[in-house]
Amino acid sequence: MALLQAQNIEKKFINHIALDDVNISIPENSIYGLLGPNGAGKTTLIRIINRITAPDKGEILLKGRPLQAEDVNIIGYLPEERGLYRKMKVGEQALYLARLKGLSKHDALKKLKYWFDKFEIQAWWGKKVEELSKGMAQKVQFIITILHEPELLIFDEPFSGFDPINANMLKQEILDLKKRGATIIFSTHNMESVEELCDHITLINNSKNILEGQIDDIRKKYNSNIYEILFNGEPEKLERSLNPHYEIIDKKKVNGCNAVRIKLLHQTSNNELLSLVIPAVEIISFKELVPSMNDIFIKLVNEHKK
Amino acid sequence: MNKIKLIISREYLTRVKKKSFIVMTILGPILFAAMMIVPAWLASIEDTEIKNIAIIDESGVFINKIENTKFIKFDYLENQKLKDIKSNFSELNYYAVLQILPSISYEPSAVHLYSNKQSSFEVISHISNAMEEELKYKKLKANGINEDILKSIKSDVNVRTIQWTDEGDEKENFTEVNMILGYASGFLIYFFIFLFGAQVMRGVIEEKTSRIVEIIVSSVKPFQLMMGKIVGIALVGLTQFLLWIVLTFTIVFGIKMAFFSDLGKIDTQEIVAQNLFENQSPLPATTNINEDFASPDKISLILDKIKSVNYPLVIGLFIFYFIGGYLLYGSLFAAIGAAVDNETDTQQFMLPITIPLILGIFVMMNAIQTPDSPVAFWFSIIPFTSPIVMMVRVAFHVDPWELYLSMGILVITFIGTTWLAGKIYRTGILMYGKKVNYAELWKWIRYKS
Repeated sequence: MALLQAQNIEKKFINHIALDDVNISIPENSIYGLLGPNGAGKTTLIRIINRITAPDKGEILLKGRPLQAEDVNIIGYLPEERGLYRKMKVGEQALYLARLKGLSKHDALKKLKYWFDKFEIQAWWGKKVEELSKGMAQKVQFIITILHEPELLIFDEPFSGFDPINANMLKQEILDLKKRGATIIFSTHNMESVEELCDHITLINNSKNILEGQIDDIRKKYNSNIYEILFNGEPEKLERSLNPHYEIIDKKKVNGCNAVRIKLLHQTSNNELLSLVIPAVEIISFKELVPSMNDIFIKLVNEHKK
Repeated sequence: MNKIKLIISREYLTRVKKKSFIVMTILGPILFAAMMIVPAWLASIEDTEIKNIAIIDESGVFINKIENTKFIKFDYLENQKLKDIKSNFSELNYYAVLQILPSISYEPSAVHLYSNKQSSFEVISHISNAMEEELKYKKLKANGINEDILKSIKSDVNVRTIQWTDEGDEKENFTEVNMILGYASGFLIYFFIFLFGAQVMRGVIEEKTSRIVEIIVSSVKPFQLMMGKIVGIALVGLTQFLLWIVLTFTIVFGIKMAFFSDLGKIDTQEIVAQNLFENQSPLPATTNINEDFASPDKISLILDKIKSVNYPLVIGLFIFYFIGGYLLYGSLFAAIGAAVDNETDTQQFMLPITIPLILGIFVMMNAIQTPDSPVAFWFSIIPFTSPIVMMVRVAFHVDPWELYLSMGILVITFIGTTWLAGKIYRTGILMYGKKVNYAELWKWIRYKS
């Protein structure tokens, strides 16, 4: 079931269209990747979901009903450009922001204690934010984002500016949050993290979403049917063994053995290919070259430019 | 509604807890109290030193004509030369030597006061007054005017201004008190709008540059954040104002108790205070003239002057115009803060705010002289200057319809500016790295929410 749906969202600014008829459907308890080049409209869409701006047309549905003002209390949002009051003390500030999300003072304090203990940052409670390092401030921001146990979490470029240790911690926490039932939207350029974390993605380019679905389906769809064979023996012998259903894309030497990339042209099977080449050469490895999200991303964006 | 309360309390508490607020709150009253007490204190220490002044009157006109005062004693020296005194001035223990040349009757500058220190203004003015009087007297007498006439023409003129009310009563105005009150309240409003308006602007810029604003507006509406800030800072302003008043009076009374109790001023103050509370008349700056004529002595005249002001009305209007003016300008300051990336970019937008306020101050000074002039009238109706100018006119007398009109327009205008500012604010706080001009602001206003 979809936790959140965006239907026919349109948003115009004076000189450009930020979002044009965007439709997405975010399944409950999924990690949903919002991909797209800079300026594609990701942040605008996120702001519309957060009710920071309103769409010109279209509607956001939460659990099937239109999104209401009070619903912001079940959303946790970590913006791309994030900061804290520099002169305010960490604990005071965390408490203030938690209460703005609708938590009572008592609950907020209890939960803050839990998280400050978990991250071992109790000592920062009375410090001013300007005394913290950037990484420390990011931890505090993360805690503030998830403190009210939101059903829907939105991370806009969460890994930008995080050092590898914090980024890893963040990944772990995101997976934990999913385990506990939360739905997570995150927008990013970082395709590795998409492959690692996301179940679903949408690709927004030039204010339109041009691709949406489960990550496995998308990969299958963009599968190019290319296989790589590493072998010992003469490449010519291998070449001769193939029939016109297969096309050799390139040949090269890898670590002292030969490698070829072969494209299956007609819906032939892997086994058939293997049965053809086994008599010819000694196979070391055989693998399907699955397109990375990065490849799909670049390919689609370039196609749309044309 | 709870969220806006949270914002107001954060804005209020973080500012009230700041060192600068505490320092200002303590320093302000000390300064105000010093302004009231130091002149009195200076006068009192000046008076206690007895100054002996030698007079060498070469004209012979002023012998024994310059009267001693409590602390200035004159010593008429005959047949002594100035240079003799000069050579042993320090042993003679004179404060100064006054030399009057024979040419005094036709040359006014033929008087010299020699001393080894800067002579006090008090001494100089006493001498010149006495000599002027004496010369005038002599000249009139020389023209055949008899001494009795001369004595009888000496009189102090004190103009009392009396106003006929519509009900046919006569009411006495006390212009000086009204002037001081009007000037002080108009200027305070001007000062507070600038001081706390700028705080609103700086607060918005701080949230924008620290980038916390996006986190906050994901919890509350931008308009709530803006109003929370404006209201929170207004409360800071009112707190500071009240603390200043309370502390100033405490300090002034405390010092008077400790050092000036022999001057009997405490009693006067108490009477003033009593009279203030007893006075409940509905119109400003008036007392019944008959009462007044019945008690012509000086103390009660001063008291009447002070109590002639309708304090509940003036204080009530002060708070209204302070809040109204502050809300009007505070929202504009917030919009400017949202439109820029840092404080140095605020310049171009500050001008339209600064000009009406400064204009208000100029018209206010003019209105003190002529509170009913057309200029004063119109500027007390126009909402951008009315908080400053109307306070001066209120201290004199304003027809109720003018007051209602001015207050009504102010309320409508601040609702309007807050609405407009909210639109600019909403767009501006999330806009970075863009050079904003007026055309751009106009586009923001026209965005649909």
